[in-house]
Amino acid sequence: MIQVTGLTKDYGDRRALHSISFDANQGEIVGFLGPNGAGKTTTMRILTGYMPPTDGTAIVAGYDVVEESLEVRKRVGYLPETVPLYTEMTALDYLKFMADLRHIPDSEERAYETLEMVDLQDRANGYIGNFSKGMRQRVGLAQALIHRPEVIILDEPTIGLDPAQVVEIRNVIREIGKDRTVLLSTHILSEAQQICDRVLIINKGQIVAEDTPENLQSRLVGSQRVVLRVRGDSDELPAKIQKLKGVRDVEAKPDGSVEFEFSAGQDVRPQVAKAVVQAGFDLLEMRPVGLSLEEIFLELTRDNAVEKKSS
Amino acid sequence: MRNIWTIAKREYNHYFISPLAYVVAFIILLPLGIYFAVIVFATSSQAFSGAPPPDISPITWLFCFLLVFTTPVLTMRLISDEARMGTLELLLTAPIRDFELVIGKWLSALLFILTILAITLIFPIILHFMLVSPGIDQKLFLSAYLGVILVAGAFLALGVGISAIFTNQFAAFFVTFGLFFFLWFLVSLPANLLPGGGDALNYLNMSSHFNEGFNAGNINLSDIVYYISLIALGLFVGTTAIEVRRWR
Repeated sequence: MIQVTGLTKDYGDRRALHSISFDANQGEIVGFLGPNGAGKTTTMRILTGYMPPTDGTAIVAGYDVVEESLEVRKRVGYLPETVPLYTEMTALDYLKFMADLRHIPDSEERAYETLEMVDLQDRANGYIGNFSKGMRQRVGLAQALIHRPEVIILDEPTIGLDPAQVVEIRNVIREIGKDRTVLLSTHILSEAQQICDRVLIINKGQIVAEDTPENLQSRLVGSQRVVLRVRGDSDELPAKIQKLKGVRDVEAKPDGSVEFEFSAGQDVRPQVAKAVVQAGFDLLEMRPVGLSLEEIFLELTRDNAVEKKSS
Repeated sequence: MRNIWTIAKREYNHYFISPLAYVVAFIILLPLGIYFAVIVFATSSQAFSGAPPPDISPITWLFCFLLVFTTPVLTMRLISDEARMGTLELLLTAPIRDFELVIGKWLSALLFILTILAITLIFPIILHFMLVSPGIDQKLFLSAYLGVILVAGAFLALGVGISAIFTNQFAAFFVTFGLFFFLWFLVSLPANLLPGGGDALNYLNMSSHFNEGFNAGNINLSDIVYYISLIALGLFVGTTAIEVRRWR
C-alpha cells in the first residue's frame, strides 16, 4: 500500500530526509516515532502529495506520488498536525464540503455517517469554532475518513488531547486500521506501543530502527537501570552490591544515590535489597529508571542495540 | 469544473458571514446612491434649459473607481488566510488541481461583486422607466456593465494572485492596493511625461480602457483582450505561487 524507496528531501541547504525506505501493508497500523524535527511531517507531506521529494520514489495505493499525484490524493486520507478546519462552518457543512471536493454522491448523508464514526453526530450542526480541542481533532479525523480511503495518514493525531480523549481517538484509529493502511506519527513511545503493529523510529531524517513494538521494547530495554537510595552514608554501598551476580555498571551519584544495571529476564532486585539490608543500611528507595525517548535515540545511534534498517 | 464550483460556493457563502464583506458592499453602494440622487436632481433642474438627459456612465465610472479601494479587501485573505490557518494543506492534498483552487477563489469574489452590481441595476431601471423618455441608451448601458464586470474580474484575479504569494493578509492588501492604484491612476502620469506619449504605459492604463471604451458605449476587441489578459495573468500568478509553495 505504501512503498517508499530512497526518499530524500532538502529544504534549501538543509537535508530533512536522508534517503529513507520503508513500506506499509493493508490492514497494518504503522507508527512513525521520533522527536520533533526528525522528518515525520516532511515524509507525510510527501506521501500525501502536498509536496514533491527532492529524490527517491514513493508509491501510495499503487500510484506514484509525483507522477500521479491526483490519483494518490483521491485514495489517501490525511490529518495534518495543525488540524485544518474552517471554524465558521458547522461540522456537517465542513464535511459536506470535503465530500463534495471528493465527488462523493449524497455528500450530506456521507458527512453524517462519518460524524457517527467519530461519535460527533450529536454536534453535527454545531459550529467548529465552538468545539473543544478533542472534538476538533475528531472532526479532522472525520475529514480524513470521509472518502473511506485505502491509506490513512495521521500526523500526531493525539497531540494536545486530554487522557480520555486520547483513549477515544486511539480506539477510533484501531477500528479503522483493521482493513486499511494507517501511517501515524507520534513522539510518545507508549502510544506507538499501544496502537501500532509496527514502529519505525526516525531521527534526523533517517530511519534508525524498524520492528514490532514488542521486539523493539525487549531490544531497547535489554537491560534495566535501577536507582537505589539508603539512609545515611552510602560510600561503601557500591562495593557491596558490585559483588552480586548479575549486577553491572554500578555508579555512585553525587546526591548519595547509587545506580546499577541488570539484564532483562534476570531480575536481581530481591538479592540487592537483601544484601543492602544485611550490610546494615536502611533501604529507602529502589526504583527503575525509565529510558526516555531521547535516551533510546542515543542508545540507537551510539551502538547497534537494535539492528539498523539497511534497505 | 465541479471542483471550481465547490470551492467558489464555500467562499461565496463565507462573504455573507464576514463583516468586511458587508463593509465593502456599504462602501460601494452608499456613494453610488448619493451620487445617483445628485445626478438626478441636477439634471432635472437643468432639463428646461435643454441639457441632455442623464445616462448610466457616471454611476459605472464611480463603481470602478470604488473597486480600486474595495477589491483588495475582498481578495487579501482568499489564499493567504488558508495558508495561515493551515487549511491550505487540506486543499493541496485534496484531489483538486492548483488552478481549480485559484479559479474557484477568484470566481467567489467575482460572484460577490456581481451580487453588488445586481443591486445597482436599480439605478438604470429608475432612469429608464421613470425619468428619461423614451428610455436610456441601452447599448451604452450594456457596454458599461460589461466593462464593470471585466474591470472587476481583472482586479480580483490580480488580487487572488497576490494573495497566493503572501501568508499575511495585510501584506497582500497593501501590495494589491498599491498595484491597483498604480494601474488605475498613476500609470498615466509617466505616460504623459515621456516623449512619444509612452504608448506601452498608456496601454497599461486600466482606467482609459474603461472610460474611453466600455463606458463611452464602445465595445472594442482590444479592450476586451486587455482585461482578459489581466485576468489570465492574475490567475497564472496565483497558480504559480501555489506551486512554488509546494516546492519550498
